[in-house]
Amino acid sequence: MENLVVTCSPHARSGETTRKIMMKVLIALLPAGAFSVYFFGMRALYLILICAICSPLFEMLWCWLIKRPDSTDDLSAVVTGVLLAYNLPVSIPIWEAVAGCFFAIIVIKEFFGGIGQNFINPAIGGRVFLLISFATRMTDWSVIEGTKAAGYLSAVSSATSDAVSSATPLRSDTVNFYDLLLGRTGGSLGETCALVLIAGGILLMAMKVISPIIPLTYIGTAAAVAWLCGENPIYHIFAGGLMLGAIFMATDYVTSPATNKGKFIFAIGCGVITMLIRIYGNYPEGVSFAILLMNIVTPLIDRATMTRPFGALVPAKGGDAK
Amino acid sequence: MQGFGKHLSGVKVPHNKHTSACATEEMPVPARVIIPMAQSIGASCTPLVKKGDAVKVGQKIGDSEAFFSVPVHSGVSGTVASIDDFVTASGAVCQAVVIDTDGEQTVSEEVRIPEYEGKEAFLREVRNSGLVGLGGAAFPTFIKLNPKNPDEVDTLIVNAAECEPYITSDLRAMLEDTDLLIAGIRRVAKELDFKKVIIGIEDNKPEAVAALKPYCDSQISLCILPSKYPKGGEKVLIYEATGKVVAEGQLPADVGVIVMNVTSVITLETYFETGMPLVSKRVTVDGGAVAEPKNVRAPIGTLYSDLIAFCGGYKEKAAKILQGGPMMGIAVPNDSQPLLKNNNAVLVLTAKECEAPEPSPCIRCGRCLWVCPFDLMPAAIDKAVRNRDVERLRTLKVNLCMECGCCSYVCPASRPLVQQNKLGKQILKNGGGK
Repeated sequence: MENLVVTCSPHARSGETTRKIMMKVLIALLPAGAFSVYFFGMRALYLILICAICSPLFEMLWCWLIKRPDSTDDLSAVVTGVLLAYNLPVSIPIWEAVAGCFFAIIVIKEFFGGIGQNFINPAIGGRVFLLISFATRMTDWSVIEGTKAAGYLSAVSSATSDAVSSATPLRSDTVNFYDLLLGRTGGSLGETCALVLIAGGILLMAMKVISPIIPLTYIGTAAAVAWLCGENPIYHIFAGGLMLGAIFMATDYVTSPATNKGKFIFAIGCGVITMLIRIYGNYPEGVSFAILLMNIVTPLIDRATMTRPFGALVPAKGGDAK
Repeated sequence: MQGFGKHLSGVKVPHNKHTSACATEEMPVPARVIIPMAQSIGASCTPLVKKGDAVKVGQKIGDSEAFFSVPVHSGVSGTVASIDDFVTASGAVCQAVVIDTDGEQTVSEEVRIPEYEGKEAFLREVRNSGLVGLGGAAFPTFIKLNPKNPDEVDTLIVNAAECEPYITSDLRAMLEDTDLLIAGIRRVAKELDFKKVIIGIEDNKPEAVAALKPYCDSQISLCILPSKYPKGGEKVLIYEATGKVVAEGQLPADVGVIVMNVTSVITLETYFETGMPLVSKRVTVDGGAVAEPKNVRAPIGTLYSDLIAFCGGYKEKAAKILQGGPMMGIAVPNDSQPLLKNNNAVLVLTAKECEAPEPSPCIRCGRCLWVCPFDLMPAAIDKAVRNRDVERLRTLKVNLCMECGCCSYVCPASRPLVQQNKLGKQILKNGGGK
């Protein structure tokens, strides 16, 4: 008979692949994207598409350059692109969005060895890069005349020549809770509507892509810190990028701890740092910096929260008896 | 009785128990059998017959002086064609007795109902029966039944979980040999003075539960386990049934428990009732490439090619042939392998059934960690193995891995995690001595 395949067990596989997981993340990101286009207009769609296309293109280019097999079919670069786009204001120039993709994919992801090796979430890296490099434009919440956003926000802002400028929601006292929930507020493309983000989070959990530990702990901690500091917790968890960050960015596999205990510590750290920056920091928003800082300590958390295997004997303290 | 409450992790694998309703068919005696002399994890036997000798059914054809060994018997009558070298699935070389059968199946004079008195004699007879752990481990049963601390061992757990997909030979054994099973349990419990017997069985076998329920009494109880692979793992089953943890370096007897597979119990009782040692085996032949999947009883040493031919031959091109189930079974290089004592299934898989994508980088999703029944960290072990980091492997307790395969099964990056764990164990063993 012909030669058979001989491999180590197991000989069955669940069929789950990296590509399928990334596909599920993209599906969960859809509601927020759809809302973004509805609210901010067609320019939001262009930005999302440009980032979603440029990111894998940069990865492809890099693979070609270093003679590595093309890895873009795992769709992880597309997820990075879409997430980065969701973190951009609608008014950002296209070339800056592309520069953000370049930084996220090439500098953050590929320089460190590609998927699974990056020490911070590439989308957050890209956003922080843009925030530091182009601070004014990244916090320019102008919206385009004629869109839903302009309609809602004109009530709280004064019209300029071709765009409506709005205050950032975290510094505004005029935004109410329902506006935040339904996304009738200024902000980055994908962060405004808490409702669609929560829907995406439920999708992610239903598809067993993420566990609820990080989002729930993150949001819970932020609310607790806000309450302790005398701020309105409800307002803080629905405003700004917290929902987007807690559900889609802090849950990134590569840059968050592996164990449940580790995830818990990580999310508490994210929540505390976010609120400290929001309340006491110079920046109006702290989600990106909080996640970025906790990404960096993830290897340490992982070391400190190793599992104790079933039946493992705890090594005797104080050395051997003999 | 329900399980202990808290369950160890695992994976829900498709059961694929297509043959659960297939009553065992007796296979006609094949023209030739190959009986390897190494069929337990103990020492390999020396052949007691030579080329040209006539052998009969039940005749002892191999034995060893070593304590850690179990004799081998012939399941056919015929003539010894040759004594050949044989490469076992683990790569070791042993001798094998090749017998051309005469089809008469003349029973040997050696086969007679054993008479014994006392534990010593009982254990000697258990050794004479050629019995090894039939769940797969092939551990000599007479040694297992003779723990160092007999007074502390009071519980017999009968492993009827059969958690591997496809395999139904234990299920058929429970349905077809219920009386032998119960008599065997009572015999072992009596001889070794066990107070309690727990039969651990997965809830995907309601017919077996129904068959065994009438026998439950103050001594024998059923423990229904959720069908979440690998409930049949020895340490897993002990924990699920009693809540006891078999710690690093311990044997089940150290926590007062001995685990026996159902088919082992039935084989033991068969020997004590008829004198016929372990010479034939009920085996599930299944897989997409087999025309008519069946449960077959065949003499030990029957070639896989004969088994497959009895099951209608190949329906499709075979990509892999497995000795055992898809989660822990060993892939063999061809179909000229003989049926072994601890073989409970022969799976002939098509390329589609066992396709495994090329490994890609770990994305640290943590699935391997969620599913590991022993809470090991397979992804971290994978990395430590690649770095040949002995200290890290020791910290990660790679030695505790039972190689159940859950981590590799769920890995979206298709990483060979079990293989890395096996390698890690070896590295730890070799590097740990310095």
